[in-house]
Amino acid sequence: MDLDKPIEQNSQPVIKVRGLVNSFGSVVVHDNLDLTLERGEILGVVGGSGTGKSVLLRSIVGLKRPNDGTVEVLGTTLNELNDQERSQIERRFGVLFQRGALFSSMNLQENIALTLIEHAKLPREDAEHLARVKLSLVGLPPEAALQFPESLSGGMVKRAALARALALDPDILFLDEPTAGLDPIGAAAFDQLLVTLRDALGFSVFLVTHDLDTLYAACDRVAVLSQKRVLVIGTIDKVADTDDEWVQEYFHGPRGRAAQRAHTASSTNAYTQE
Amino acid sequence: MPSEWIARHDQTVSLIGEWTLANYCHIKASLIHSKTQTELGKATDITVSLEAITRLDTAGAILIVELIGVEKAQAVAEWAAELPKEQQALLIRIAEAMEAPLDVDPPSYSRISQALASVGQKMVGLWSQQRQLLAFIGLVMATIFHLALRPRHWRLTATVAHIQQSGLNAVPIVALLTFMVGAVVAFLGATVLQDFGATIYTIDLVAFSFLREFGVLLAAILLAGRTASAFTAQIGAMKSNEEIDALQAQGLDPIELLVLPRVMAMLISLPMLAFVGMLSGLAGGAMVTSLSLDISLTQFMATLQKDVSVTHFLVGLSKAPVFAFVIAVIGCLEGFKVSGSAQSVGEHTTSSVVQSIFMVILIDALAALFFMEMGW
Repeated sequence: MDLDKPIEQNSQPVIKVRGLVNSFGSVVVHDNLDLTLERGEILGVVGGSGTGKSVLLRSIVGLKRPNDGTVEVLGTTLNELNDQERSQIERRFGVLFQRGALFSSMNLQENIALTLIEHAKLPREDAEHLARVKLSLVGLPPEAALQFPESLSGGMVKRAALARALALDPDILFLDEPTAGLDPIGAAAFDQLLVTLRDALGFSVFLVTHDLDTLYAACDRVAVLSQKRVLVIGTIDKVADTDDEWVQEYFHGPRGRAAQRAHTASSTNAYTQE
Repeated sequence: MPSEWIARHDQTVSLIGEWTLANYCHIKASLIHSKTQTELGKATDITVSLEAITRLDTAGAILIVELIGVEKAQAVAEWAAELPKEQQALLIRIAEAMEAPLDVDPPSYSRISQALASVGQKMVGLWSQQRQLLAFIGLVMATIFHLALRPRHWRLTATVAHIQQSGLNAVPIVALLTFMVGAVVAFLGATVLQDFGATIYTIDLVAFSFLREFGVLLAAILLAGRTASAFTAQIGAMKSNEEIDALQAQGLDPIELLVLPRVMAMLISLPMLAFVGMLSGLAGGAMVTSLSLDISLTQFMATLQKDVSVTHFLVGLSKAPVFAFVIAVIGCLEGFKVSGSAQSVGEHTTSSVVQSIFMVILIDALAALFFMEMGW
C-alpha cells in the first residue's frame, strides 16, 4: 500500500464493502449491501431513521462483525488480521461517534493527546501542544483545553470529538452525524473545515448525516441507504433525480429545496472564502 | 547548517521533505539544533522556501507556523505561491487557529494554601453531605406520609422486583456468612470458657450475640455493600442519561417512582434477612457445640429456651428497619448526586457503600448504649 501518492494517481478505493449482511436477531438491517469509498472523496451517507447507517459505519470500522460479506479497508480485510496488524490499520482511522464518546475522566487536551502519545510516541508536552492547536482548529476557545467533557455543551462535545478524530491526521475519517447539534454557523464552519482539511491532507471521509446543507457543501458523492442496501450512489444531483419516494421527499421537500438554493447561491464563491 | 529537514543557502532557509506527524520530534529537534527560529527573528531579510516540502500534515503545518509566525503564514500566498493551493489553505487554517494564545496554565497556588483549601473543602463537603442526607430523609419521609393513604400511587411491581433483587437473592450469602461467623463465635466461646469449666455458656454467648447484634448487623453490612451500591449505580446511570430530568420534566416525581420502591423493598427485606441471619448464626453455633463440645442439639434447644428471653430477639430485630432505611436512603441519595461522567458514578458508588456501612455501625453502637441503659 502506498499512501504517499497524490489522489489522482491512485485510484484504488480505500473502502470496499461487498455483499454485507447485518442482522440483529430476526431484524435484518443490511442485506447484500455493496459500497465503495474512493480515495480522497467525501461520501455522504443518508437514509431514514433505522436504515442502518450507524451499523454500516460500525461494520466498516470493525466494531461489529458482519453476519456475512467482506469489508476491505485500505486493501486488507480487517476481520482476517491479527490484533497487532489490525491496530496498525485502525490508527489510520479517525472516528467521530454520534454522541462524541469523549473520555470522561480526561480533560479535552488529554483526550486528544492520548493517541498522539500512545501511537505517535510524542512526548506529553508536544502532544498537548498539538492537541491545543487542534482544539483551536475546530473552533474551541483556549480555556476549553482544560475542561472535562461533562461541563461542555453538546456542540462543544462535537467539536472536541472532531479534534480527537483528526488527532493522528487519519487516512479515513468516519463521521457519524457531525453537524447534528451544532448551530448553523458552526455547522457551516465545520463543512468548510472538512473540505479544507481533506484538500490539504487528502484523506477520505465516510460521513453519515441528515444535514442537507452538509451534503451540498461538502460531499463529493452521496449514498442513499434504503431497503437494506445502497439504493443509489453518485453525485448529489444525480442522486436527487432518482425515482424513489423517499429520495424525492428528502431532496425535494422544503428543506431540501432550501439547501439547494443556498448551495447554488454560494457555489460561485465557494473557494474564494477570504 | 544542513540537515534532513532544513537547509540554509545564504539568505534562504529551505524546508525539506515530509513535514508530518511521524517526523514531528525529529523536525523539532533539528529546528532547535539549527537555531533557525532565532535567526529568523533577528534578521528580516532571510526568506523561507517551502518548495522542497513533499508532504505536509497538520503537525508539520503547526511547526511551520511556529517557525515563521502567524502573520507570515496567513500571507503564504504572497511569498510561497509555488506551494500547492491545498497546502496553502492548510497553513492559513492552522495560522488562524494559532492566532490566539493557546497556552492556558491552571492557576497555581502554594502547597500550604492548597493543603488548607483541601481541608476546607473536605469540611464543607462533609457538612453539606450531612445536611443533604437529612434533607433527603425528610423528603422521603414526607413523600411516604403523603402517599400512605393513596394506594393508587404505590408502586407494587417495582417494590416486589426490588425485594427479589435485594432480599431474596441475598439469602444464600447472608445465611452462609452468618453460619460461619456463628461457628467462629462458638469456637471462641468454647476455648475461653473451657478454662472456667463453663463451656455450657457457649450457647448463651452465641444466642445473645446473634439475636442482639450479629444477625442484624451482618445482614445490614452485607446489604450496604450489595444493595446500596446497586441503588447508587442504577440511579446514577439514570441521572447521567438525563432520565431523572426527563421524569421531572414530565411532572413525575422521581422520589415516588424510584426512591420509595427501593426504600420499601429494603424495609421489608432487611428484617427478613436479619431473621435468616440469626437462625443460621445459631445453627452454626449449634453445629460447633454438638460436634466439638458434646452438647447435644436437644440440650442446645433446651438451654436456648430456658436462658434466652424473646426480648433479645426483639431488640435485635428492632434495629433492622432503621438500618434498612439508612442504607436505602444513602444509596439513592448518592445516585442523585452523580454528575455526567463515568468516574462520578464510581466515586459515588464507593461513597455510598462507605457511608452506609459507617452509619450502620454508628447507629448500632448508639443503640447498644441505649438498650443497655434501658436494661432491655
